[in-house]
Amino acid sequence: MTCEEAEVLVHALIDGELDAGHAREVEAHIEGCAHCAALMKEYQEIRQAIAESDVRYKAPLELRRKIEKALPQPQTQAQAAPSRRSVLRGFAMGSAVSAMAATGLVAIVLRSDDEQRIENEVVSAHLRSLQAGHLIDVVSTDQHTVKPWFNGKLDVSPPVIDLTAQGFTLIGGRLDYVNAREIGAVVYKRRQHVINLFVAQTANTERKSAKISTLQGFNIRRWSDRGLNYWAVSDLGADELTEFGDKFESAMRANKEG
Amino acid sequence: MVVNASQDDPEKARRFREAALPYLDDAYTLARYLLRDAADAEDAVQECYLRAYKHFDSYRGPAMKPWLFAILRNVCRAEYARRKTAPTAVEELPEGGEQTPLWNEAPETPEKQLLRRFDGDTVRKLVAALAEPFRETFVLREIQNLSYREIADVAAVPVGTVMSRLARARAMLRSAWLAEQEQVK
Ligand SMILES: [Zn+2]
Repeated sequence: MTCEEAEVLVHALIDGELDAGHAREVEAHIEGCAHCAALMKEYQEIRQAIAESDVRYKAPLELRRKIEKALPQPQTQAQAAPSRRSVLRGFAMGSAVSAMAATGLVAIVLRSDDEQRIENEVVSAHLRSLQAGHLIDVVSTDQHTVKPWFNGKLDVSPPVIDLTAQGFTLIGGRLDYVNAREIGAVVYKRRQHVINLFVAQTANTERKSAKISTLQGFNIRRWSDRGLNYWAVSDLGADELTEFGDKFESAMRANKEG
Repeated sequence: MVVNASQDDPEKARRFREAALPYLDDAYTLARYLLRDAADAEDAVQECYLRAYKHFDSYRGPAMKPWLFAILRNVCRAEYARRKTAPTAVEELPEGGEQTPLWNEAPETPEKQLLRRFDGDTVRKLVAALAEPFRETFVLREIQNLSYREIADVAAVPVGTVMSRLARARAMLRSAWLAEQEQVK
């Protein structure tokens, strides 16, 4: 094999696309040719460098919104009254129940197959967020920075609570898309583990206690309280994710009382 | 942009969302590299998803990602054509670029030192500077992780062409990488 041939085939070797016979031929050439061997090493290094750097782009939320808008909407959303936006603007903790009761919105109750589908979407959103550069739109460990950032971007801003003292560091917030709707994600970290807390508004104000489930290797703790649905998703163990949810819920109760 | 009434099937839309929307960032990334313009990329991806939804009934495979990419690529081709006739063409395909022999990039004797690592922005810039169609092949392989067969399908060329384009692309990128390294030294 000549160097010229090897210089082309070496790429297929790197990519694992060569059949065994050709792979052996290229390898044999490389063993006897310092030039091609060094070249291959450089290509592999470049390849590695690219795999490890942030070379991807994140689709703008506006694009996602435009595409979503053009598609027929799922049933659940069709039932949501268009007045939601105006009614709930300026929503504050504690006033959710009365606001929703007053408007007499049709309750958006998730069917159980919907629940499963949404858990799938939540896990996909979690996975997307873990790609380089996609985790956080607003970077801050300060709840007083993260909370206002959501205002005006969503009908209902998610509660943002600092749980650093409880061992879960707030690292920021993000807008995401679940169930054909924009929702807020509050991002926490424990050690190297990311927790995405997705928060979506629901007209069903009934309190639902936490359920833990596992999907694609991720744990999900789901609960509902005062007109908001919560999904905490992480690769943390179920025990630690439960701890997170408990700490969050008791902090919310303390907030309400205080 | 509105989907007409006959397309207005919530169940179809649900299936489409589940199958295609997870690749939105991938599609946008590809469009950014192909068109090298954020606004054009956004338009192209939107058009791509609308076309994909229209043809979703007839979709039987291959994998969703290459299927979407093939549609997106056609949308981008149309954009190239538009640019070419526009008074200020942003980008010209190099004439006969593919026939230029490999040794044009003259893989000079590799240096003994390690290649320098660059930040994401610099790497993006280096990749974006590759000439078409090498950039397309390179992005499909290295950033989108498609197989040679899938790249061949997306780009509508034989697998052999994918191989030679990829070899050229990597040789060009390597030269640009070394040049950048020289510059920041
Ligand atoms: Zn050689």
